Amino acid sequence: MAASSAVTADYVLKPPPYSLDALEPHMSRQTLEFHWGKHHRAYVDNLKKQVLGSELEGKTLDHIILNTYNNGDLLHAFNNAAQAWNHEFFWESMKPGGGGKPSGELLALLERDFTSYEKFYDEFNAAAATQFGAGWAWLAYADNKLKVMKTPNAVNPLVLGSFPLLTIDVWEHAYYLDFQQNRRPDYIKTFMNNLVSWEAVSSRLHAAKAASSSSA
Amino acid sequence: MAIRSVLSTRTLSGLKETSSKLLGFRGIQTFTLPDLPYDYSALEPAISGEIMQIHHQKHHQTYVTNYNNALEQLDQAVNKGDASTVVKLHSAIKFNGGGHVNHSIFWKNLAPVNQGGGEPPKGALGGAIDTHFGSLEGLVKKMSAEGAALQGSGWVWLGLDKELKKLVVDTTANQDPLVTKGASLVPLVGIDVWEHAYYLQYKNVRPDYLKNVWKVINWKYASEVYESECK
Repeated sequence: MAASSAVTADYVLKPPPYSLDALEPHMSRQTLEFHWGKHHRAYVDNLKKQVLGSELEGKTLDHIILNTYNNGDLLHAFNNAAQAWNHEFFWESMKPGGGGKPSGELLALLERDFTSYEKFYDEFNAAAATQFGAGWAWLAYADNKLKVMKTPNAVNPLVLGSFPLLTIDVWEHAYYLDFQQNRRPDYIKTFMNNLVSWEAVSSRLHAAKAASSSSA
Repeated sequence: MAIRSVLSTRTLSGLKETSSKLLGFRGIQTFTLPDLPYDYSALEPAISGEIMQIHHQKHHQTYVTNYNNALEQLDQAVNKGDASTVVKLHSAIKFNGGGHVNHSIFWKNLAPVNQGGGEPPKGALGGAIDTHFGSLEGLVKKMSAEGAALQGSGWVWLGLDKELKKLVVDTTANQDPLVTKGASLVPLVGIDVWEHAYYLQYKNVRPDYLKNVWKVINWKYASEVYESECK
């Protein structure tokens, strides 16, 4: 399984590719300060502590994730490693002025694999809304097809044989401050309409296709 | 005709009882949100009134509503003999029914300080805690550590294993009731560690929530359950 894009081996807390207030009013600076500044930071810091002096020391993040998933019987470092990866991927899945319908090749593929952008929207929405407890919803690529997935806690498509292209974090900490009174559905809608970076999705798709054909 | 002569008055009244129970089966029992035995703000400063209100009126209410919906769908599927729908509904029943069961226990596990919240357990439960965990502090330390370490959403429990006659500390994921970890387990104290239980007040610092929640734990209720299960 080829390495995914973006995330490096150094277990670094990379800042999002925009300032912490750049996604307002759709995602507040306060949320970014906690979500990136505390939650994501803790995953990275705790991963470093766990890996130091172990046989995982010096291994890439992808390697750790794939080797500690253990078919769902998770080994110790999985949660921190996968959550570090997932959060970096999440920040880069969003941009100021994002959201809405993509165009070009990506739209054509969504229409091919979901019938229409609206059908994809509904499916992604449903996955994010019905992931019970903590987890993530994804647009992913496998076997030359786009698909929607949902995963619990820290699990991501990498360990399930698919290339992640887009994600939304549906742990409560992702939306609890901005969408008070438990309004996860409003958070998902806001993400889809105002935050998705289709540029990021496109470049990830190109990387995924390249990796697929090189291993074919 | 022959049957009528065999039936006594007692049998007839027994049958009447049975038929009304059968009629009861046609409509399923649905559930309602239980009232809290204290005001939303009564657990402050350990748990904010804002959290208590949202936790009760939004989260628990949603579990009740969705549980009732799932039960109605289940009832229809059972009556139609639609086995695959019955099976498909299991996760919705587990999530939402579990959410209702767990939160109903939780509200009783909490009490304002002026109603005994935080007062250490005495009597049989107090003794059992000292036996199994060394001291109440030992139990609190263990439960807080396990609650803090739980990844994702779930609960940390003090339970009684009725069969082995001992106290246990365990965790469950999502809204799984304690009984899913062992058929003989009876929940005595459950602490919700879903982020919604503490986020508005404690943000990401779950350990601080776990430090403070003990100040409003209702050990009187836990003792009652323990003593009735130990009979």
